[in-house]
Amino acid sequence: MTQASGIANEQTSTPLSSSKSITLRISRYNPEHDDSSKFMEFSVPYERWTTVLEAILEVKKHFDHSVAVRYSCRQATCGSCGMIINGKPRLACFTKISELNSNVVTVEPMNNFPIIRDLAVKFERLFDTHQKIKPYLIRDDTELTSDEKEFLQSPEEVEQYIQFANCIKCGLCNSACPTMATDSSFVGPQALAQAYRYVADSRDKGKDSRLKIIDDSHGIWRCHFAGSCSQVCPKGVDPAMGIQLLRGYLLGFRS
Amino acid sequence: MPQDENKEGIGGMINPRRYGIERVAYLLMRLSGLGLLAYFIGHIYETSTILRGQVGWNEFLELTQTTEGHAILAIVIAMCVFHTVNGIRVMLGHGGVGVGKPARPDYPYDPASQNYRHKIGIYSAIVLAAVAMMYGLAVMFGE
Repeated sequence: MTQASGIANEQTSTPLSSSKSITLRISRYNPEHDDSSKFMEFSVPYERWTTVLEAILEVKKHFDHSVAVRYSCRQATCGSCGMIINGKPRLACFTKISELNSNVVTVEPMNNFPIIRDLAVKFERLFDTHQKIKPYLIRDDTELTSDEKEFLQSPEEVEQYIQFANCIKCGLCNSACPTMATDSSFVGPQALAQAYRYVADSRDKGKDSRLKIIDDSHGIWRCHFAGSCSQVCPKGVDPAMGIQLLRGYLLGFRS
Repeated sequence: MPQDENKEGIGGMINPRRYGIERVAYLLMRLSGLGLLAYFIGHIYETSTILRGQVGWNEFLELTQTTEGHAILAIVIAMCVFHTVNGIRVMLGHGGVGVGKPARPDYPYDPASQNYRHKIGIYSAIVLAAVAMMYGLAVMFGE
């Protein structure tokens, strides 16, 4: 009750000041109550620098605080606010309204993820597949017990995997993937790119065990190189490249 | 289950409008593959008519000499050429050939795997398929 009146007070005390506005269409769906999703429309003022996440939070603040959205860092680092914005998977905090060039901005939950409510989706399967490929260095010795103080790498060796270490596990690649659209068992571009990240790491000795995990009918062979995963990645990870390089190991092109 | 997992389904898989020419090639590859499979099955049936003797064989062969038969054969030529050329591009990519080298990404993060070599490969497959189809039409209808 206190919170509700607080929102009401804020609504009257915070004027919405901007000459420009867009229509924000938000997909509303609660699996526990609703048979299907429906869109609610809000007129939201924006500036050149306003992000889609800020527009959604504007709606929560002034129109409907029940809109469910997951977010945290607001700077494309935590990977929480992935959603379908005008038909493509994007991070809401990393997408400016002005760059969409549309008077109508439609936001929907990411495809290929179960919906919790409205724009929030479940990430359990993404984390499960990520964990499945053993996302850590595998070797018998450790930096703590080895005579060497640390495992040294040359800059060239770092270049082999550092791009793929930028993954923030936002799930946009899995949402854009055409195989994920139909195959519930596919391990997905996020996990496959991370498999390459560790296979390509010169400190890692677990290549064979990882290749064994992904050498499956629902593993790496289900990738058909459509490349949509790389086009939507907000961190430049390029999962399609990682997957093809990884497949090169299995086909004998790389060792 | 589809509602539970919020899968896009086949409609989302074959939608070519959102992710550039690569997804168009992805769709054409599947359509041409299914088309060639259908032609292969039809071709086996066609050649099996030889079991009915020369008369049966000639009767069935006349079907391919119609306008509709020529049009279908022209489409088969296009599908065959596109599937072959694009298939070579995809196979090379699957081996890690022409997908670029890992490097620290810079904004705006244009993916190296979606480079001009692959785009040229896709456009080449489409153009060659169109040229082959037109040549086939010229041969079949130009008598």
